[in-house]
Amino acid sequence: MQKITRDVLVEKAASLLENGTVDRVLGWKKGEFDYDLTPAVFTSADDLKDLVWNDFCGANFSKYLIANTKKSASKVLVFLKPCDTYSFNQLLTEHRFDREKVYAIGIPCEGMADISKIKAVTGDGISSIECGEKINVTTIYSDDTVSFDLSDVMAERCVNCKSKKHVAYDELIGEEGDVIESGRFDEVERIENMTADERYAFWQNELSRCIRCNACRDVCPACTCEKCVFDNPNHSLENKAPATSFEEKMFHIIRAFHVAGRCTDCGECSRVCPQNIPLHLLNRKFIKDMNTHYGEYQAGAEVGSRAPLVNYTTEDVEPGDVFEGRE
Amino acid sequence: MYRIAKDSINLLFAKIAEENALYLPVDNEKGSSEYKKWEDGTVMSEKLNTVRSPKDFFFPQVENLMEFKTEGKNIQLIDIREDSEDFVVFGVRACDVKSFEVLDNVFLNEPVDTYYKNRREHGVIIALACTRPAETCFCGTFGIDAASPAGDISAWMTDDTLYLEPNTEKGEKIIALLGDLVTECGAEAVEAQQESTRRIMKKLPLADLTTDAFGGDKTEEFFNAPEWATLSESCLGCGTCTFVCPTCQCYDIKDFNTGKGVIRYRCWDSCMYSEFTRMAHGNNRLSQLERFRQRFMHKLVYYPANNDGMFSCVGCGRCLAKCPISMNIVKVMKTLGGKNNG
Repeated sequence: MQKITRDVLVEKAASLLENGTVDRVLGWKKGEFDYDLTPAVFTSADDLKDLVWNDFCGANFSKYLIANTKKSASKVLVFLKPCDTYSFNQLLTEHRFDREKVYAIGIPCEGMADISKIKAVTGDGISSIECGEKINVTTIYSDDTVSFDLSDVMAERCVNCKSKKHVAYDELIGEEGDVIESGRFDEVERIENMTADERYAFWQNELSRCIRCNACRDVCPACTCEKCVFDNPNHSLENKAPATSFEEKMFHIIRAFHVAGRCTDCGECSRVCPQNIPLHLLNRKFIKDMNTHYGEYQAGAEVGSRAPLVNYTTEDVEPGDVFEGRE
Repeated sequence: MYRIAKDSINLLFAKIAEENALYLPVDNEKGSSEYKKWEDGTVMSEKLNTVRSPKDFFFPQVENLMEFKTEGKNIQLIDIREDSEDFVVFGVRACDVKSFEVLDNVFLNEPVDTYYKNRREHGVIIALACTRPAETCFCGTFGIDAASPAGDISAWMTDDTLYLEPNTEKGEKIIALLGDLVTECGAEAVEAQQESTRRIMKKLPLADLTTDAFGGDKTEEFFNAPEWATLSESCLGCGTCTFVCPTCQCYDIKDFNTGKGVIRYRCWDSCMYSEFTRMAHGNNRLSQLERFRQRFMHKLVYYPANNDGMFSCVGCGRCLAKCPISMNIVKVMKTLGGKNNG
């Protein structure tokens, strides 16, 4: 369960709205089924009755700051989980919003639940979910309540959480955590160990399910171009549909290259993919390679850092050596 | 009504596949289900429904329309239309069967879309009744009975038996093809299952959702509603809702330059996209609010205005399950049509 309660967040938000520090609050709004929370803007204490903080608050609000700081006359209050703070810093590094117009509150996170993991056990027909010590789920098909530990139904990105430490905030609620060792590159290594043919087949299979809804791009805090090249009708790359299996791969691989060094590994791309394509693995491969060739680097760990791919040092590995495997 | 033991369902599939391409929902390794072509050994999914709707069968995401060949100053138009294969789709749910009606109104009215019509004429739908609807289901809101799906053949699966009831000439032909594999029977078991499913439908969280507040004459009432601002506030502008939706039917037509000529194709488009229906003068919906409003006004107001009051949502619930921000038509209906949907 989460260590802080919803009431703490509501109280905080209400008082900051009340004293005029902020005029907009970004938070998670209750849905129809206890798990389908919508990222929302709250502008009054009355609105805040629908604010939720529980094990389903996966959405990362950092990118919403670009639009919301422009709409705010004072400041925007944003609640940031540790992983969200890395996106926050990365966006600041890229000058995407005005830091002065944000009041950021860091909140601790114990990991978020993945509803598909719950449904894999309970089946469809969920009638209620209560998040407490346990996650208690009832369905219309049974009088019994099914109880889960958060750790049993945690989203993959949270199982492999890289940091419980907030790297940006104006105020912190609860205890600060640490950067942690995670197994987030294990799956990348598994794919690296495949033969070229196996690897090709793996990605061909995964990406063949893509419906080009662009949700991965549109949610991505690193994808903040005013006009994406794939949407530009005057550009030869513009394409609305995966016309061929080549195009299916092209979109995702070009996107992965474009965010390399800027992707903080927040995992939103895979969270929102309607076809459960493990898109984060493409990004993690780039992160892992950069760590190997240029030394450990975490995008968003601080504001203003130069990513290895846009920096030059005389120690830089020669591309030819990387290609030939000489190091 | 006809019956076949569930154990023998592969014989039924094999028989159908002798004369038709047969498609049915199959689980993928991600634990979700998608339509796949049947071959010996294919196991049908037990999932409630597929992530992608079956609209692809008649209105595929990408489709070549014609080709042009250029030689010097000459241009030659090549008609690439061919007769579709005969195919059968097994296991379509009642909501999705209804979605074909929504699409028919668009594509089969003048001017008739010959590409769509070709597939529609060659396709046979075997619809399968639901027994375990999800919390996201609200087909009942649109007058659809999940326990009594339409289609060329309606089918019901119990623990040990598959029941089949042909509704059209195409359906009768399939029953004739099955010959001795199926035997005539009474409807008692089916009626019992229907009664049970209908009881469950009443317990669903969205069972009371109504369309009372909406319809073809509501443009002025809703167009400038202040609620659109909050509803669309955090919309990402992605196309997930549109592309998993069985009734969304908008497309773009584009030319692909092959170097020696042009392939003109169409592909699904989304009213949520910034370039949607861009014209010579520019784009007519510049904000996400306008794009968002268009999608729901189309389903709940404009489409009914042009189609005798029929709504262009069938309550399949895919957008409820898949929207990255969990914003959807149910939340829109409850917010705008609050009095009736309290």
